[in-house]
Amino acid sequence: MSTFFILLRREVMGFFQSALGYVVLFFLLLLTGFNFLYSLGIMNGQALEVTLLEVFFNTAIFWIGYILVFPLLTMRSFAEEFKMGTIEPLMTAPVTDLQVVAAKFFGILIFYCIVWIPSFFYFRIFESVTSEQVAVSAGPYIGSYLMLFMMGMFFISVGCLASVLTQNQIVAAVISLFAVLIFFCFGYLLFMTVNITSGLQEMASYVSTVEHMASFSRGLIDTRPMVYYLSGTALMLFLTYTFFQARRWKS
Amino acid sequence: MIQVQNLTKRYASHTAVRDISFEVAKGEIVGFLGPNGAGKSTTMRILASYLPATSGSATIAGYDVFDQSLEARRRIGYMPENVPLYMEMKAREYLTYRAKLKGVRGRQVRKRVDVVTELCNLHDVSSKLIGALSKGYRQRVALADAMVHDPDLLILDEPTIGLDPNQIRQVRDLIRKLGEHHTILLSTHILPEVEMTCSRVMIINKGRIEASDTPEQLLKTIRTAGGVRLEVKAGEGDPANEVLKIDGVRDVNVSNDGDWKILQLRIEANSDVREEIFRLAVDRNWTVRELSRDRATLEDVFVELTQADII
Repeated sequence: MSTFFILLRREVMGFFQSALGYVVLFFLLLLTGFNFLYSLGIMNGQALEVTLLEVFFNTAIFWIGYILVFPLLTMRSFAEEFKMGTIEPLMTAPVTDLQVVAAKFFGILIFYCIVWIPSFFYFRIFESVTSEQVAVSAGPYIGSYLMLFMMGMFFISVGCLASVLTQNQIVAAVISLFAVLIFFCFGYLLFMTVNITSGLQEMASYVSTVEHMASFSRGLIDTRPMVYYLSGTALMLFLTYTFFQARRWKS
Repeated sequence: MIQVQNLTKRYASHTAVRDISFEVAKGEIVGFLGPNGAGKSTTMRILASYLPATSGSATIAGYDVFDQSLEARRRIGYMPENVPLYMEMKAREYLTYRAKLKGVRGRQVRKRVDVVTELCNLHDVSSKLIGALSKGYRQRVALADAMVHDPDLLILDEPTIGLDPNQIRQVRDLIRKLGEHHTILLSTHILPEVEMTCSRVMIINKGRIEASDTPEQLLKTIRTAGGVRLEVKAGEGDPANEVLKIDGVRDVNVSNDGDWKILQLRIEANSDVREEIFRLAVDRNWTVRELSRDRATLEDVFVELTQADII
């Protein structure tokens, strides 16, 4: 177990020792900052039934930027090790495949969480400066960040799978971008189409990430999307682990 | 320490290792020689539990490299070919990470890292980024990494590749020193090094072990061994032809240095024709200024055993 933590620490530190970590941090901070401003702008002067928190997590800027982060975070996780050959000293140390895959996944997840922490402070600072409430209660906060976490978990696992399939980081980034887009748009596009049966529309709303965030950011915490993301993550990680093991059996 | 039996590694397009068996006893330093593509790296990777064998078995200190992979790996210090390292880490940081990963705990970590830093002369560069180090230093970091958890067995894949002669000498001395307390299996192209450090040599070619013996024994067994060098002033005569008539001389190569003729003779193994050459020279009244024997080297053995397949 301690081997896992040693690997995990290395993964997280790896983000802070390379340019990529800082690029992602910079990009996301820029994005969330701008998004915050934009959300304020939307609410300004209008009487809306939504809270700032809701608007923030449902703008187009949020979604576009959000999707772009995942390929960046995950592309080098396995692909770089394969390309540089550092997988060899890694796998000849007394570590199991499972420990390596788990450490990579959780390492990225932890960095992802670190990246989103500042956004929380935007709301708190806003509240203390304006003495206005950003959300009705603690519910929306919990809901929003919980959904952020769950989506993150799922899309990171998709990215890990993309990375384990290739030696080329760019290919991994492209695969994960498309995979994330497909999952993201699956529900969304179906939902937007009007000429389909109500049954399909209902199904679409179950898998729609946008829908999930919309309801969670209102504080409606539904276990069904949680199951969706958790089981999806489990599936992706299982596939990642399988493909990782399979590499050594290649002929 | 190492027991390999009927090890085979087949790929779809070719067979890298064909049914090889060998043993390495504790305390030996064994050199693994072979042309490129012979199967050296593949065998070492199988031993290091990086690749699975197609058939056959290999054990390290009694632990099967496949079934008891973790235990086997704990006892091996492996240095891969081409020295892959994390470029963005500092040397000392990397070694500390590797020590912990390999099971070194607590205060031992710092101690071991200090020991290997000292051993591999990495003091000056321990706080530099690995990406900023020269090849020689990187190789020393990799070697330090292999030793950091004090394994009984070291498996080094071409540890001196790409190093300059000074660095090669340093690594060679280090290997010799390590050989006092560790078992070492190393592969290399640099034959003089093998002659100097290894107690036993295995020559592998096209996936098969062609020879496995001490360097001295191997030198005795090859057919075309070294030669004799003769520098002579023969006046009117033709020394080359005369010398060729001597039993045991296979062929002669002549070059001129002013009045002197320099003859390079290739002779049969285990024959010493120098006495006959001397008598011949005395007989014909030649002036001899050099008569020496080129010792057979491991390179001759290597070439002879593997040459048939080189175009």
